Amino acid sequence: MHWEFELVILVFLLAAAIVALRSKDLLAAVVTLSVYSFMAALICAVMGAVDVGFTEAVVGAGITGVLFIVAIYQTERKSVD
Amino acid sequence: MLDFFLGHYAYLFLVALFVVGLYGVVTKRNLVKKLIGLNIFQSAIILIYVAGASKWNATVPILEGSGASYGDAGVAQEAAHGAIEAAHYINPLPHTLMLTAIVVGVATTGVALALLITIHRRYGTLDESELLERMS
Repeated sequence: MHWEFELVILVFLLAAAIVALRSKDLLAAVVTLSVYSFMAALICAVMGAVDVGFTEAVVGAGITGVLFIVAIYQTERKSVD
Repeated sequence: MLDFFLGHYAYLFLVALFVVGLYGVVTKRNLVKKLIGLNIFQSAIILIYVAGASKWNATVPILEGSGASYGDAGVAQEAAHGAIEAAHYINPLPHTLMLTAIVVGVATTGVALALLITIHRRYGTLDESELLERMS
């Protein structure tokens, strides 16, 4: 197991999660959530779960992001917190 | 001791991620932010299962080649003896379960976003406290 890769990607993962929750601009938050999902896919690939990895990359980083962006343009972009 | 730490430190990060997601669901006022927290929460659980399935000195659970033409010499030897050593491969059962969980998760996210759009059309806001005022 490559624990050095895992450490770097886990740090990025935690940072992306915190940034996604702190951003006041919802579009920026959603883009950061896509980055988070892609990091999660990389973690899955490093840990040997390649099938989970590519499903997470396609579904988590792709379709979820598109759904969120459509919903944000249908509603509003600014958030108070 | 060091081996134990290197084998288990990912869980610390994943539990931290779990707590971050829960914090987002509980304390954020905007409903889209709550949904983002829920997504983080969900993939933290998925990653905990994937981390539990992985082990040292094991490869991806894919048997190389097929029939007589095995790519790896060790695999070919094992196959010739009629037994594939399970300890050389990562357990694939949690992976399949989490594959299902990801697909169900994107469906629930879609339903939640449709509800948010309906809420915004009827009440004109997505802020939780403002929404409670307008609903009463």
